Amino acid sequence: MTIDISQFVQAFLDESFEGLDLMEVELLREEALDREQVDAIFRAAHSIKGSAGTFGFAAVSEFTHGAETLLDEVRDGTREMTVEIRGLMLEAVDRIREMLVAARDGGEHDPARVAETAERIEAMLASAHGRVGAADAAPAAPLDAPPAEATPASGGETTPGEAEAASPGNDGAWEILFEPAPTLLASGNDPLRIFAWLAELGELGVHCETAALPALAALDPEQCRLRWRLTLEGAVAENDIREAFEWVEDQCTLTLTRTASAPAATPDTGTRTAVEDKVATGEAASRSTPAGPAAPTVPTPATPSPATGGRPVGANGAPVERRADAASIRVATEKVDTLVNMVGELVITQAMINTIGHSAEELDARAVDQLRHGLALLERNTRELQEAVLSVRMLPINFVFSRFPRVVRDLSATLGKKVNLKIIGEETELDKGLIEKLVDPLTHIVRNAIDHGIESPERRRAAGKPEAGTLVLRAGHQGGNIVIEISDDGGGLNRERILEKARAQGMAVPEQPSDRDVWQLIFAPGFSTAETVTDVSGRGVGMDVVRRNIEAVNGRLDIESTPGEGTRLTVRLPLTLAILDGMSVRVGEEVYILPLTAILESLQPTPEQLHTISGRGRVVRLRGDYIPLVPLHDLFDVPATYQRPEDGIVVVVESAEDRAALFVDELIAQHQVVIKSLETNYRKVPGVSGATIMGDGRVAMILDVDSLTRLHGTVH
Amino acid sequence: MSDAGTLRHEDYATAGKRELLTFRLGEEEYGIDILKVQEIRRYESVTRIANAPDFVKGVINMRGTIVPILDLRIKFRFPEVVYDDFTVVVILNVDGRVIGVVVDAVSDVIALGADEIRDAPEFGAQLDTDYLEGLASVGERMLIIVDIEALVRAPELGLVDADTAA
Repeated sequence: MTIDISQFVQAFLDESFEGLDLMEVELLREEALDREQVDAIFRAAHSIKGSAGTFGFAAVSEFTHGAETLLDEVRDGTREMTVEIRGLMLEAVDRIREMLVAARDGGEHDPARVAETAERIEAMLASAHGRVGAADAAPAAPLDAPPAEATPASGGETTPGEAEAASPGNDGAWEILFEPAPTLLASGNDPLRIFAWLAELGELGVHCETAALPALAALDPEQCRLRWRLTLEGAVAENDIREAFEWVEDQCTLTLTRTASAPAATPDTGTRTAVEDKVATGEAASRSTPAGPAAPTVPTPATPSPATGGRPVGANGAPVERRADAASIRVATEKVDTLVNMVGELVITQAMINTIGHSAEELDARAVDQLRHGLALLERNTRELQEAVLSVRMLPINFVFSRFPRVVRDLSATLGKKVNLKIIGEETELDKGLIEKLVDPLTHIVRNAIDHGIESPERRRAAGKPEAGTLVLRAGHQGGNIVIEISDDGGGLNRERILEKARAQGMAVPEQPSDRDVWQLIFAPGFSTAETVTDVSGRGVGMDVVRRNIEAVNGRLDIESTPGEGTRLTVRLPLTLAILDGMSVRVGEEVYILPLTAILESLQPTPEQLHTISGRGRVVRLRGDYIPLVPLHDLFDVPATYQRPEDGIVVVVESAEDRAALFVDELIAQHQVVIKSLETNYRKVPGVSGATIMGDGRVAMILDVDSLTRLHGTVH
Repeated sequence: MSDAGTLRHEDYATAGKRELLTFRLGEEEYGIDILKVQEIRRYESVTRIANAPDFVKGVINMRGTIVPILDLRIKFRFPEVVYDDFTVVVILNVDGRVIGVVVDAVSDVIALGADEIRDAPEFGAQLDTDYLEGLASVGERMLIIVDIEALVRAPELGLVDADTAA
């Protein structure tokens, strides 16, 4: 009767990562956290712990338990959310993320680090730090009447093992009377799973009492009429048992009894030495003793979980597909509903056209009219449907931006700088594929801005600026593009130093360079102006990679800088990876698509504008510049209508390195084309980035300007 | 022989036979494993791919998928290559790739047992027999059985990147 839950693991991971992001966002708030925010953090931790347990990620569940306990104390007001606790919780978020990433990718996390953080959380729990009414300086101060088993007040060194040994009556066995409400099964809970959990804690004996079962005729199989008497031997903390029943605690009566030695077979025998309390009143008891989720068990993720039955997924070697996240997408229900509606309309329109087509023997003027109307409708439906389908791939850019408060906080602390981060337009939607490819370059730009851009508080004060620098991340639409700006109010780029550095590194520097030329130098491989190489940046692996990454997704990177006032980097991206704005051009019989972003201008050259170089290479003179002429028919070896450029059209395109004048027969029209891969069934073709299907069903190649100009270089 | 087509594939599988789609290239008759065949289409004009080998005719749009079209007649150096009303494209699914192969005409589906297929003789350097799986006799005719996977993986085709083909 086991259910394969591996299919849910992906959902668990997605949700947990979301929960961690949320915790991080709340913890990073500048102002003090209100009750609601603390609750949100607690709930996220709580559900990560709960589901991690269910899915067999024992290490995660155990580790999170400590953090959850601490958050619970903050939540019910016994502790304050101090800066230290916030820092510790952020650290815990990192550790949980590491463990989950390791579980997802089948990699390893660092158990020592996890154990260290767990220890610090334990120490924090044991100390009086932040405790309401207790002085911070007195960690050993008596605790305000801690309920149930008292927390050992000996400071942070107590290991859970000792704690357990120290608490009285931990030997022997527990007797558990579990009386579920009849509706237990309806809520999706399975007593078997709880028992499997308990069986991991110690020797478990299960006795099922069927007295309440009605006669067969009256039996409702969906109602749970059974109750169980369980015996659990071994040194098990009460909280651990309660935890197993966590999900059903409002749907059962749970009676825990400590028996001195051998388990009792019936409720009448057996000496009750300790607590007996109903779950309803046991809320206080669940406030933890440090026993339980503890360091000794955390660093052993390699041990296969002894659980069988309902838990086929181990903490390690979990059958989670590596990097499966890239292949799945969580879509707002709203968007799916829109799609469903649109498909509905499409079907109606199709039926309408069908009726016209079939009813009329001959199409009279009226029918033709109706048909035209139907076709117009069909066109609109199709276009709307296309837009809606594409929007499914769109995610708010907040998916990238949300990580920056953390980056800024950590980095500014490391560098001793003060930085205010402003995020604008985080709801701007971007293609999922683009978002994933933006994470690294944007992170790099942000780090650079803090490291090189924003000055130290002293320098800022000396320059008459506020001590805290401001970093603005802004996203928005501009024409057919998404524009992302990263601007700082720091020192700006230092023109002299860049030039000096570039010369020192033997780079080609133009005479009397414009600012734009100078700024371009920082995109050269190996370039760095940082006076000292920090672990943050300055190793010279940087802006060139950033620019390459952005250009790889058809984006552009621009830089503006004013000395003393700051620097602004602008990233321009296409709306989506799947669609391209292109210009169709004809060469003989062939039609090619040129990306609109690459086109600077097109012209019909006069014979005076054309020159040859050593009889072979040809250039076009354009406003004083000489641009190499690239006849597309030569490059692709196709017959062309015109052999002389002055008869055809020359399209000036800009590639990463250079400009080129493509000679084609004719410009046809501007299109939005859907990009199709050639590599799926064929291979990469030089000079071509993909293919698309034109209105008449034929395939047209989409030209890759960068590789075209390179190709031209090799041909000649 | 034509009634062979009425038998279901499973019948052959149990009899240890395999089904082959036979087609004509010039005067010769070839066979390929029918399990690799996805569909058969009329030859239509293709979009050329620049700087591709001559036997790669180009690509077509097959219901939204870009499919490369190879002409086996050019690949096997047939002296005469014509495109007429009988010219068809056999769409194959090989190694997860969809490709189209131009042939002169599709003739039949036949079933052959393993014992009916003989190894192709070695021709040394003058003829590359790497893509030939074997020869079989069908009545008076000789059937050349093509190992289509080997053909698709062949380095000079460039369909598979050199490093993965190695």
